[in-house]
Amino acid sequence: MPGCRLAKFLICIIISATLPTAFATNLSPTATDGAENNAASVSWASIEAQAQGQTVYWNAWGGSPTVNRYIRWVAEQVASRYDIELIHVKLDDAATAVSRVLAEKSAGNLTHGSVDLIWLNGENFAAMRDNDLLYGPFTQQLPHFSLTNPQDNPEITTDFTRPTEGFESPWGKAQLTFYYDSQRVSSPPRSMTALLDWASANPGRFSYPRIPDFLGTTFLKQTLISLVDDPAVLTHPVDEQSVDAITAPLWDYLDTLHPLLWRGGRHFPASGPELKQLMGDGELSLAFTFNPSEPAATVTAYQLPPSTRSLILEGGTLGNVHFVAIPFNARHQAGALVVANFLLSPDAQTRKQDTTVWGDPTVLDSQQLNATQQAALLNTAEHPAQLPATALEQVLPEPHPSWTRVLEKGWITRYGSR
Amino acid sequence: MAAANLTPVTPGVFTRLIRLMPVVTLGLLTLPVVAGLAGIIAPALGWLPALGGESLSLAPWQALGQTPGLGKMISLSLTSGLISAALSLAIVLLFIAAFMETAVFRLVRGLLSPLLAVPHSAAAIGVAFLLAPSGLASRLLSPWASGWAQPPDYLFPGDPFGLALISGLVLKETPFLLLMCLAALPQCQASQRLKVARSMGYSPASAFTKAVLPGLYPLIRLPVYAVIAFASANVDVAIILGPSTPPTLPVAVMRWQTDPDLSLRFLASAGALLQLGVTAAALIIWWLIEQLLASLLTCWRINGKRHQAEQLSRWLGGSLIAALIFLLSAALIGLAMWSVATWWPFPAAWPSPVSLGTWQQATTTLGEPFRHTLSIGFAATALAMVLVIGCLEAETLRTRALSSSAITIIYLPLLIPPVAFLYGLTQWQVQFGLSAGWLAVVLGHTLFVLPYVFLSLSESYRRLDPRWSQLGAALGAKPSRVFWQIKLPLMAAPIGVAAAVGFAVSVGQYLPTILLGAGRLATLTTDAVALSSGGDRRLTAVYALTQLTLPALGFALALGLPRLLRQRRSPRHKKHRPLSA
Amino acid sequence: MFDPPTPDALILEQISIHQAERCLIALNTRIEPGEILTIMGPSGVGKSTLLAFLAGFLASTFSASGQVWLGNSEISALPAERRRLGLLFQDPLLFPHLSVGGNLAFGIPHGGSKRQRHAKAEQALADIGLTGFANRNPETLSGGQRARVALMRVLLAEPRAMLLDEPFSRLDAALREEIRQLVFKRARDKGLPTLLVTHDQADAKAAGGPVIELTTHKNAAGSDPCGV
Repeated sequence: MPGCRLAKFLICIIISATLPTAFATNLSPTATDGAENNAASVSWASIEAQAQGQTVYWNAWGGSPTVNRYIRWVAEQVASRYDIELIHVKLDDAATAVSRVLAEKSAGNLTHGSVDLIWLNGENFAAMRDNDLLYGPFTQQLPHFSLTNPQDNPEITTDFTRPTEGFESPWGKAQLTFYYDSQRVSSPPRSMTALLDWASANPGRFSYPRIPDFLGTTFLKQTLISLVDDPAVLTHPVDEQSVDAITAPLWDYLDTLHPLLWRGGRHFPASGPELKQLMGDGELSLAFTFNPSEPAATVTAYQLPPSTRSLILEGGTLGNVHFVAIPFNARHQAGALVVANFLLSPDAQTRKQDTTVWGDPTVLDSQQLNATQQAALLNTAEHPAQLPATALEQVLPEPHPSWTRVLEKGWITRYGSR
Repeated sequence: MAAANLTPVTPGVFTRLIRLMPVVTLGLLTLPVVAGLAGIIAPALGWLPALGGESLSLAPWQALGQTPGLGKMISLSLTSGLISAALSLAIVLLFIAAFMETAVFRLVRGLLSPLLAVPHSAAAIGVAFLLAPSGLASRLLSPWASGWAQPPDYLFPGDPFGLALISGLVLKETPFLLLMCLAALPQCQASQRLKVARSMGYSPASAFTKAVLPGLYPLIRLPVYAVIAFASANVDVAIILGPSTPPTLPVAVMRWQTDPDLSLRFLASAGALLQLGVTAAALIIWWLIEQLLASLLTCWRINGKRHQAEQLSRWLGGSLIAALIFLLSAALIGLAMWSVATWWPFPAAWPSPVSLGTWQQATTTLGEPFRHTLSIGFAATALAMVLVIGCLEAETLRTRALSSSAITIIYLPLLIPPVAFLYGLTQWQVQFGLSAGWLAVVLGHTLFVLPYVFLSLSESYRRLDPRWSQLGAALGAKPSRVFWQIKLPLMAAPIGVAAAVGFAVSVGQYLPTILLGAGRLATLTTDAVALSSGGDRRLTAVYALTQLTLPALGFALALGLPRLLRQRRSPRHKKHRPLSA
Repeated sequence: MFDPPTPDALILEQISIHQAERCLIALNTRIEPGEILTIMGPSGVGKSTLLAFLAGFLASTFSASGQVWLGNSEISALPAERRRLGLLFQDPLLFPHLSVGGNLAFGIPHGGSKRQRHAKAEQALADIGLTGFANRNPETLSGGQRARVALMRVLLAEPRAMLLDEPFSRLDAALREEIRQLVFKRARDKGLPTLLVTHDQADAKAAGGPVIELTTHKNAAGSDPCGV
């Protein structure tokens, strides 16, 4: 069943990244207009009052025990702090929640929706915005939102190059990170070209999730970025005239790579977690993830070899922010707002960043925090499988969303039915 | 049961209530299926205003036609459905032919009944781990025999021919068909037929094939059709064991339905209708083969040959069943090993060190899904039992069986691919303001539980000697009293087994739980499936094991209780049982 | 593949059948070709168990000792299908999936052309006054007709002895006499040693052979049949 597909992790964990500055300047003013803060905080007390006693249904991917445990902690916190009952509706795919909201809308249920809060980003956000399925803009109402310093951090207000316009609130970050078994791999590849050489020396020991899994698509985007002459072209919508020329090197690359992949490229893992499981089984020697601390966390959870190490490609890798959003017909909007705000609190963000808990990097800007909060946030445990924070500074922006479609369609046509 | 308080009321009320049962049941089954199908037909023709589809068009079908690999998807669904059903049936029949009325037969029956309780997804996960290149089998041989220090790179599961998928389906469907055959054998006087044929010189396998099978097959035809429909349209086994480039049609449909790109819903709806056609085609092909065989075999049955392929069928039937029990058990043992594993690298055949950490960690979260699974399972099973027994009792009151179209409706939810109507159903569910949650999920489960309960109960109920009721009536008992005090106690054993089957079906449901409960009702199965997408096999194993414990307990109760009661009622057994027996 | 039926005696040598440690039946006797031995006794005494043992169908909850011989060959170690004992049950048990002719053809040993087998079945039907019934569905036959077809089916299989398990008890009185005579006559004509199990005195009388009366274990307190 839909179950096994992690595709949605995608939605959850992902996506898009920092925008080119030109874009950013367009967006940020709406999101962070300081003048509105006063008005918002006046109403915030009443929102919290309204939220008391509400039951908030948070539809979030449920495939990771560590994430589930963190969400359970959040539920305990909002129960004791705000008298909100938070229920984690565990999804195998955020798109399931999108379908449900859509079904409710087409059935005329405009105020009593069953979904109060969704963990999503990228395509699912775009799909919900395009169909007017989201409540907002609401982020300026959240007292903690300013801690992200959106003016200086444009990725906070852009999702897949699309301005969030206040319709989703950030709560975590991700960056494409490779990991390998250092017992088997002494010199891992540090570029896409090196990857090809490595794969021909070690056939069958690398793979990537089947398209349209988000992590698989991310791999295509990363490859495309490193193969095009001028990555700037990818920040614009796809141009029908030039698209074939731009993507040709990618398909050539994949044509060469596929026979060298696990199962000869005839079969692909369904998702990032399956990729991880294959690393754990010893079938693969090199894999990648969107959560930089996942390798360390899963070594601790006995799922990866103790000799696992991480790396970022030379020149950087794709990164993005993931968000929570509120459906237009959510029954408990006040409660959902309070939960979204709590997720941005220094307490919640610090705990989330702790590798022994989850290890998901914070979206807060440390400049906005007081000394105690900063110290707590920086005090994260070191692990040999984890990269130092400095290694994560080269973040590549997501291409325009239209490229996702082109790459997915092209891949499925070429390799989807062999 | 709900009708219990009616016992003291006039028989007229009881009779009237019972007569209503078939109507209620058929309505309850038809409405959701038809409505669900209606819910996808409109989008399949391009009409779904919420997504901007405001005019009818064939565009979704054109898009479907242009889907790369569509032909392969269809043929995969068709062949995996037909081949796995044929193999399962062949294994079951070969085994019964060779071993009916032997000690081996009773042993296998005892071993397979609990395996029936293993949920599809758990079995598939177990099999994948067993046979994958890094699986238990390869670990046991490595590196000493195979020389593999790293797992070999062969394509299984997920092979392009669907062999892994077929074997996974066979593994799960064979116990089901065997159980159905076991229930049907007494109804076709199998034992007497066998004796007649053997006393005339027919060897066991020939006697079975020529004298028993023609009476048995009509009784198991609907279960066989249900197996074909399930195998051609299932999503959970195919996603774990099936090929991926391309996947089977139902998996592709499910992916389109859950794709973030909402415009794919049109394509998904067209695909779901196509799947309906593919399943129908599989059933029609099977039916044609049935007709062909029936006419070919008539002469063969009376040609007087008494010893045909005896050794072969004995050997095949025995070894296939043994292999099947071995595989399923090994898959379960593999799950158990994973549930206590820590870091367990290839090629270690045994997890070391072992730890109960995963179990401890799970106990904090298992409680709620456990309660939901139980309460939904009980409610859906109880509802289905009331309706099924009501329908069967209505048959006796009217002294004629339900019409064949009514029977077909009862099996509708098993014959219509769930991907084809469940999505449409959620739309209507919201439309009619039936709030997502416990009740909706119970009703959804009942759709799938009821046919299985009917399958396992109807024949025994119909075969109950009518003289018992006539005797009761002659003694002055009203129909209600005959029902409560004569029929139900006499039927206790088959009712228990039917309830256990129904409960197991409910426990294994994934799609209806997620869709009709808006995902708010976590059951062991929904959690296990969600976890299996997260790749931590240890925790998945804990959930899968817990998930199969419940139905296994149900079967143990259903099979064990009557046996226990019988022993207590039979003092002779106690007194005379020899110590050495 | 079958020898022509030769008249051999059916010998029951030191037979005893136990359920748990309780003795049901002990028997030591010989049935000559064409002779009909009747075993009488109330229900529950183990008559049918004895037949099941002779035919090779004894349930595993029973244990038995002793040997069964057909002439010079011991058959008690053979599987049921190799014993060649013709068994008639209380019910005719005609296969509903075969026509009347099909049921008869089922009994005919393999061999011969389709036409020869057909002729053989037709002849058997003629012998019992059912000419032209070959294509009928067995369910359209009367009780007496079914009993006759069942008899012919057994005889066509060329048994070397007959075992009759109260085959007349379900027939009404008028028919019973007719079928009884038919069965006995056929068995005698073929020289088959025949064992009849019944609780009906009239059956025993009509059989005209030796009669063995079994009593229940309870009644025979102190005289365990197996103790003899």
